[in-house]
Amino acid sequence: MKYLMTTTAAVLCSSAAWAEMPVLKVYTYDSFVSDWGPGPAVEAAFEETCNCDLQFIGAGDGAALLARIKLEGQRSEADVILGLDTNLVAAAKETGLFTTHSVAAEYSLPISWEDDVFVPFDWGYFAFVHNVDMQAPTNFRALAESDLKIVIQDPRSSTPGLGLLMWVKAAYGDEAPLIWTDLADNILTVTKGWSESYGLFLDGEADMVLSYTTSPAYHLIAEEDTSKAAASFDEGHYMQIELAGKLANSKEPELADQFIAFMVSDGFQSIIPTTNWMYPAVTPTAGLPDGFDTLFLPQKSLLMSPEESAAVRDEALDEWLSALVQ
Amino acid sequence: MVKRAGAIGGPIVSGAVFALILAALVAVMSKANWPISFGVSDWAVVRFTIWQAILSASLSVVFAIPVARALARRQFQGRSALVTLLGAPFILPVIVAVLGILTVFGRTGWSSQLLGIFGLPPLSIYGLQGVVLAHVFFNMPLATRLILQGWQSIPTEQFRLVGQLGLPPYEVFKTLEWPLLKQVLPGALALIFVICLTSFAVALTLGGGPKSTTIELAIYQAFRFDFDLGRAAILSILQLVLAGTSAMLALWILPPIVLQSGFDRPLVRWDARGNFPRILDAIYIGVATIFLILPLSAVVVYGLIGLVKVPSTVWFAAWTSTWLAVISTGLLIIMALPVSAWLGGSKKGGAETLTLLGLAASPLMVGTGWFIIIYPLADPQYFALLVTALVNAIMALPFAVRVLVPGMRQSLVDYGRLNISLGLHGFLVWRIVLLPRIRTRLGFAAGLAAAMSVGDLGVITLFANPEWATLPLQMYRLMGSYQTTAASGAALILLVLALGLFWICDYWGRYAES
Repeated sequence: MKYLMTTTAAVLCSSAAWAEMPVLKVYTYDSFVSDWGPGPAVEAAFEETCNCDLQFIGAGDGAALLARIKLEGQRSEADVILGLDTNLVAAAKETGLFTTHSVAAEYSLPISWEDDVFVPFDWGYFAFVHNVDMQAPTNFRALAESDLKIVIQDPRSSTPGLGLLMWVKAAYGDEAPLIWTDLADNILTVTKGWSESYGLFLDGEADMVLSYTTSPAYHLIAEEDTSKAAASFDEGHYMQIELAGKLANSKEPELADQFIAFMVSDGFQSIIPTTNWMYPAVTPTAGLPDGFDTLFLPQKSLLMSPEESAAVRDEALDEWLSALVQ
Repeated sequence: MVKRAGAIGGPIVSGAVFALILAALVAVMSKANWPISFGVSDWAVVRFTIWQAILSASLSVVFAIPVARALARRQFQGRSALVTLLGAPFILPVIVAVLGILTVFGRTGWSSQLLGIFGLPPLSIYGLQGVVLAHVFFNMPLATRLILQGWQSIPTEQFRLVGQLGLPPYEVFKTLEWPLLKQVLPGALALIFVICLTSFAVALTLGGGPKSTTIELAIYQAFRFDFDLGRAAILSILQLVLAGTSAMLALWILPPIVLQSGFDRPLVRWDARGNFPRILDAIYIGVATIFLILPLSAVVVYGLIGLVKVPSTVWFAAWTSTWLAVISTGLLIIMALPVSAWLGGSKKGGAETLTLLGLAASPLMVGTGWFIIIYPLADPQYFALLVTALVNAIMALPFAVRVLVPGMRQSLVDYGRLNISLGLHGFLVWRIVLLPRIRTRLGFAAGLAAAMSVGDLGVITLFANPEWATLPLQMYRLMGSYQTTAASGAALILLVLALGLFWICDYWGRYAES
């Protein structure tokens, strides 16, 4: 009985202490919260200083994140959304659910970044990843002519999927529908998110997968496996800048600000390269890890402004859908 | 007096179910952007939905015919076990079967490895072929049972007669078997067609992108990818029209669902005694058995390996799913008893109308509708379990009613006069007369509902938030995040839960018999 009472007391006390601690809820994409993603390390690092409970909640892939926020609307319990990209900025601002930030940082992005709502946390170039024992195509046309099977992501739910749409559009303009028609028979399947695609590729289900030029670094550094490479395309590679934003309805606005400031600091940025396998938005003082120097840098980089990509998104999506249903 | 068992409750429950679906439809209509405009890709979705359903239904039936024929005329060890196994896909969670099918027929699966040995290219499972394969896996056994049931209705004497006349196999087929098939096949085809028309989980997991999207999946995408309620609404209306029309067509020819007992008397076939037909039958039965057993064994084998890797979220989800199934089954019983007593007491085929409604209303349409209704008033996430349990119960209702009505009808006919003379009415009729007599059927129906509910991956995908899930949803998430081992463990838990819940309910029903 005595034991029971002390246990109960202990449980009550600990839950009381837990209840007093403010909770910061960050919605992000699934691979960010996975065991091998940045989530666990970032959580530990931030909680050391914030005296709070940081909770990462995986809500699908990047584009589905935005749908989730639209769905939850004013009722959302999320304080910060982490994992949108430039192609979604216009649509995200249109919801009116996000608020401004006051973070300034020395970004090491290939472009200059000024936005009062969204803050970049990493960036990279989209690329098709393959096994090195294979002769990879050097552009979309060559890929379309080959018998190679690729897995890509759905542009409606995933930021790489949407990025690919913009990539083809930026490289080929009005010819984009033709490229998609030719690519259609190469597409093994379209997955909801990046994780599913990459899993299928690693399982050997496809020859190539839509990912990033930085993905081979994972295999090289984490697994000492040199068998994976990213195919360099001569029409250039589309760039992704991953962003986070604070929700206007956040119950912990100061904590949310504190988190976003932490996000562009060394503590967060040094975790990114070897967990999210992307280039950090602010190069950490220790520099990039060994192995990143082996990655190729595209000769030409492509990127549409948020306004441009918002303007072409619906049309490009229609072209993509029409080509893929034939 | 006695005919009034369910005379009040029956119409009330039926009306309530109808109102629930109607409310969803009205909500959906109110959100749709009129006039409805359709793009190339929307038509592609409609085309694919119909085409895969036609293929799935035809292939299921075509493969089922020789298997049913072989089962009807052969006696062998394990035959009744095999007939029982043919009932398993009905209560097997779709996502579990999909994982099993991937293990066996995926590009790196067992059959592809086998093909590789002979230098053949691996199979590709994503897209139309995968969707149809999974549908055949689920519905070929159903078709086999329906056809087998018909086959066994041919009196043995007739086969003895053709045997004595020495008719060649072709003549036997023409005089005895073809007339039977003509009777049974349209119903089996129609039923499977309608079931496949509203397929969601299979298309979600095995569809290969825009080219293989069913309407049900498109509703989910409009909802979860774009949060475009207007588009979800349009697709829902489309689904209702399509499934409603087909269900209405299917209605006249729908075969009854029968309890699994009673299939154990094979015909003595004097016309099929040669070695050749015997070997052929053995091949049919063997291939069908392997086709069913392999994916299930894959689930069990990899599940046992994966069990240790299962994260705590899976166990929590299993607990949630169990509760969901219990609530859903409870709701089903509350609905099914008065409705089936009402229908059993009336002469007209009201059960058919109800079946029609259940088949035509897609779960995602009803889910979307209720989401639209709840959304302005409260956080839909709080209603996720309730709506899911209710929708699952409504979807199981037509099946349950079809199982229960014949038993109700029989009891009311047999004991109606006695009840009147004894002055029994109301609750006493239920307790003393009806329930003991329909207990076996009730147990079976409840088992079906519980298994279907625990394995359901449908409405929950619209309502669940990232922080909790039912077991099928959690398993789907694990599969998506490349945690295949943990997903295999979750699959085994889900399989055990579905079969276990079915067994408990069914055992409760049968226990009374002995």
